[in-house]
Amino acid sequence: MSNPILKLIVQRIALGIVLLFAVSVLIFVGTQVLPGDVAQSILGQSATPQSLANLREQLGLNDPAYMRYFRWLGGLLTGDLGNALTSGLPIAPAISGRLANTLFLAATAAIVAVPLAILLGLLAVRYRNGPIDKAISAFALASTSFPEFFIGYLLVYFFAVKWQIFPAISTVFDGMSFLERLQAVALPATALTLVVLAHMMRMTRAAILNVMQSAYIETAELKGLRPLDVIRKHAFPNAIAPVVNVVMLNLAYLVVGVVVVEVIFVYPGMGQYLVDHVTKRDVPVVQAVGLIFAAVYIILNIVADIAAIVANPRLRHPK
Amino acid sequence: MLDIKRIPPGAWIGLIVTGLFVFCAIFAPWVAPYGNAEIVGDVWEPMSAAHWLGTDNLGRDLLSRMIYGARITILIAVLATALAFSLGSILGFTAAVVGGWFDTLMSRFVDLLMSIPTLIFALVVLSVLPSNIVTLILVMGILDSTRVYRLSRAVAVDINVMDFVEAAKLRGEGRGWIIFREILPNALSPLVSELGLRFIYAVLFLSALSFLGLGVQPPSADWGGMVKENKDGIVFGIPAALIPAGAIAALAISVNLVADWILNRTTDLKGGRGNG
Repeated sequence: MSNPILKLIVQRIALGIVLLFAVSVLIFVGTQVLPGDVAQSILGQSATPQSLANLREQLGLNDPAYMRYFRWLGGLLTGDLGNALTSGLPIAPAISGRLANTLFLAATAAIVAVPLAILLGLLAVRYRNGPIDKAISAFALASTSFPEFFIGYLLVYFFAVKWQIFPAISTVFDGMSFLERLQAVALPATALTLVVLAHMMRMTRAAILNVMQSAYIETAELKGLRPLDVIRKHAFPNAIAPVVNVVMLNLAYLVVGVVVVEVIFVYPGMGQYLVDHVTKRDVPVVQAVGLIFAAVYIILNIVADIAAIVANPRLRHPK
Repeated sequence: MLDIKRIPPGAWIGLIVTGLFVFCAIFAPWVAPYGNAEIVGDVWEPMSAAHWLGTDNLGRDLLSRMIYGARITILIAVLATALAFSLGSILGFTAAVVGGWFDTLMSRFVDLLMSIPTLIFALVVLSVLPSNIVTLILVMGILDSTRVYRLSRAVAVDINVMDFVEAAKLRGEGRGWIIFREILPNALSPLVSELGLRFIYAVLFLSALSFLGLGVQPPSADWGGMVKENKDGIVFGIPAALIPAGAIAALAISVNLVADWILNRTTDLKGGRGNG
């Protein structure tokens, strides 16, 4: 019985793996578009041709691009992300703590945003076209038009400077207690929540409305089922799939929103690290971090699709 | 046909605010009370009669910076949107008309580009490209053209099988004629309603890049760059950075209101579901 589902899931994962490889090629090629090379950017314009040649030899830049790509990929697969140009230190240890910080921030925001979005989406459907629905869609319009830093700095201005409830800068360090950590990420997590909330809510509303307007719901109502039974037996099982899908897609979006939010709150995460090294033109770091961001995004998208497959009653009970 | 009395209040607000911003952008040197880089007072002076919005982190008049910033912000966003639309729609129409391997190749490549978050890929590419305005417009326009490509391909695939297109093909018209004389005029309405949204996206994207220090480079600044310049004042209770940030939000909302109204109007004209 579970065969068609299993087959779809395996297909989706296989496609995802192919996509990940294609994305790694794209990111590698994207950083090779300029004629200048890494050696030049390390040594600067005043480097002698001899020292340039030596460094190129040392970094293996004389090999053709595809060989460098496979060496890079091989390193990635064994957990070796290479060394940063600016510091000369290996990238992987520098990243791991920051990755944990970013995931902590994103998870905090998700734990608040997901239930809130679903609740507000349900409210909007329940009181459709009423004042609550209108207020929710006005909020959605505003929040999709606000840049992340507007929301972020408004929060800082009021909550950190005027009322001094939370710190303006989210410092986290080892040995901090969980509660201290939570207080440190309160403002960035709120900013992230506000950034994704509107979109998540609007899509949830649309997904549930779509189910509620289908013919089988009308049939269930017409045959005299109690409203609660209509929702429990007919609407809910069909609405899970689109709602889970909406949630996962927005979590993927949250992973990107984290970049700007981390810079606003000077939070020591992956986003801040990426932006710093783009400014310094530290290509190996940018490649590695860019690929990690893309991978998280792609994996969340795969999970969204799988959740939709598993939750689809038509696939679970094939005729 | 356009009855001024029938424009809803939301659209009025949108039109007036957008118009005001565009006016400032076009006539910046005549409207601005001071020069763009002119230092006129102390650092972060509060709002006063001489400096309506106060001064910025280097003592430049914030209002004048905002007006010049409108110019850069809107100019880059307009050019990037124009590039995204020309590139995306021409490739999308061509893919729909030509079909076959060209369509498959283009569509899979666009899928690939869209599987990486736009901001992340832009950061990756900008780490090696020179930081100037032309690069910025190219990167923004090309990355955003993927979305226009998807839309215009989907629209064109539908139009391509209509009788008048078949007739044109049987007449022996070339692909250029089919694309520009048959498909383009009929695909214009959905594309125009997408235009507003893409423009807003371009404004927000540019602002984010400049805020991260990878967009417009000093001494000139767009609104996102001005937020970056003034952000350190926030912790001292100086709200200078909130002004350009709020302006970006105001521009995005007003363009959104206008786009909504146009969308409703065009669906009205077609006798479809409008005003809903």
